[in-house]
Amino acid sequence: MSSFWSLWIWVLTIPVLVLCLVLIMWNLKNYVGVPEDETTDHEVDGLKEFNNPLPKWWTYMFLATLVWSVFYLAAYPGLGNYKGFLGWTSSNQGIKSLEESRQAVLQAQAEGRNVQLDMEVAKADEVYGPVFQQFAQRDVLDLAYDPEALKIGQRLFLQNCALCHGSDGRGQRGFPNLTDNDWLYGGTADKIKETLLHGRKAAMPGWEAALGDQGIKEMTAYVLQLSGRAVNEKDAEAGKAKFGMCAACHGVDGRGSVAHNLPFGAPNLTDNIWLYGGSSATIEETLRLGRYGVMPAFKTTLGEDKVHILTAYVYRLSNPEDLR
Amino acid sequence: MQKNHHEKVEKSVGLLGVLTIVAISFGTLVQITPLMFMEETTQPIDGLKPYTALQMEGRDIFIREGCTNCHSQMVRPFRAEVERYGHYSVAGESVWEHPFLWGSKRTGPDLARVGQRYSDDWHYAHLMDPRSVVPQSNMPAYPWLDANLLDGKYTAKKLEIFRKFGVPYTDEDIAGAAEAVQGKTEMEALIAYLQSLGTALK
Repeated sequence: MSSFWSLWIWVLTIPVLVLCLVLIMWNLKNYVGVPEDETTDHEVDGLKEFNNPLPKWWTYMFLATLVWSVFYLAAYPGLGNYKGFLGWTSSNQGIKSLEESRQAVLQAQAEGRNVQLDMEVAKADEVYGPVFQQFAQRDVLDLAYDPEALKIGQRLFLQNCALCHGSDGRGQRGFPNLTDNDWLYGGTADKIKETLLHGRKAAMPGWEAALGDQGIKEMTAYVLQLSGRAVNEKDAEAGKAKFGMCAACHGVDGRGSVAHNLPFGAPNLTDNIWLYGGSSATIEETLRLGRYGVMPAFKTTLGEDKVHILTAYVYRLSNPEDLR
Repeated sequence: MQKNHHEKVEKSVGLLGVLTIVAISFGTLVQITPLMFMEETTQPIDGLKPYTALQMEGRDIFIREGCTNCHSQMVRPFRAEVERYGHYSVAGESVWEHPFLWGSKRTGPDLARVGQRYSDDWHYAHLMDPRSVVPQSNMPAYPWLDANLLDGKYTAKKLEIFRKFGVPYTDEDIAGAAEAVQGKTEMEALIAYLQSLGTALK
């Protein structure tokens, strides 16, 4: 705040407080020349006004608010740039970026100012920090079979992941099932953690223009055949001939990115597991218009330590048996 | 001769009105006037972007459908909120909001930082039928948003008015506004708006 506005606040606030005090003192005196409890001859619609003193309880409360205001303005930041003798604020306002926010926390700490939110966070970190750190140092595969870690993991999962993947982790249309060991980007602990931290953006292009109606029909037949479904052999044969353009991501055999160590997240087309549905109409839609699934990143939302535990929980969903 | 001068004030509504305004204006002058000129409350934070034409239409749909009746857009500086939603809201995020949609009713969660938290597909599924992704939700479904097309009739006008409020829209933004929303559904606009919320401080 500029010193002008700071001064503005001082100049308007202090005189008003003084004015309030003067006003109450003035009104405590009998200045109308009528003895107490007698009529003032002031009559409206037959109602007469008596000259009664202000109630004592009301007067004392008024005075108490004045005393409180003086204490409050001295103790807390209220008068422009004056910060108050308690050095208290609710948060670091006026920050312009996350980086500035982080700096403001450190600076307030160095200056010994009491920032309410920072204190709450620091206190919570003190209590919960060691718990998460202790888990963060252990291997994901270890945590996946640790009941305590799984309890935390389950809560994190229900709060952050269940919205898309369901409370049982079995997913729904467009959001992968996490319990079936069919992975788009890989089901190792490292890959799961990478997915959780940084998110994923899938891009299956639409082939409507390139393939045309007949081509889409043929490719649909071939894709269904890959999963062992009964289709029109001739269409499937024609689709197979054009599968080269799909192979870049799905692999020549259609077994998907993970099987071929590719980073594209292209699903395995041979296992009859379908993210958007396995009917020929749905597959046709996918081929025509493409699919653009997005897994959001949780690095800033949850932080690495929580993601570490969450990784263990997600890993466990499809690896119920400890095979180590 | 009595000295109860306050009779004048009591019997003249005009004078009573004027004096009432004087009395309450001190609070306004102290608490509101400085906010209109202070750097903290008038300058955008780093990386804040004005709404695109589509997001602007989405914002108006958000207002039209009464989303603010259940959703606030204000993360308060409490640990529980910061942990759930992300960084607390700061004034510099709202300088281009006219009016701001902070709200105070939270039947549903706060949306100040919902941008990029879920995928577009999730928002689509959720707005079409909230129970399909959140079984315990009591939010109404908004399926008509997917059927209604934007015509872009007032989009340029909206951007122009916001420019008058000081939002840095260029002439090209305004010229291309109608075209940018042409043929899009209200659903797409609303999702675009939601995905932009709070992303400058995330």
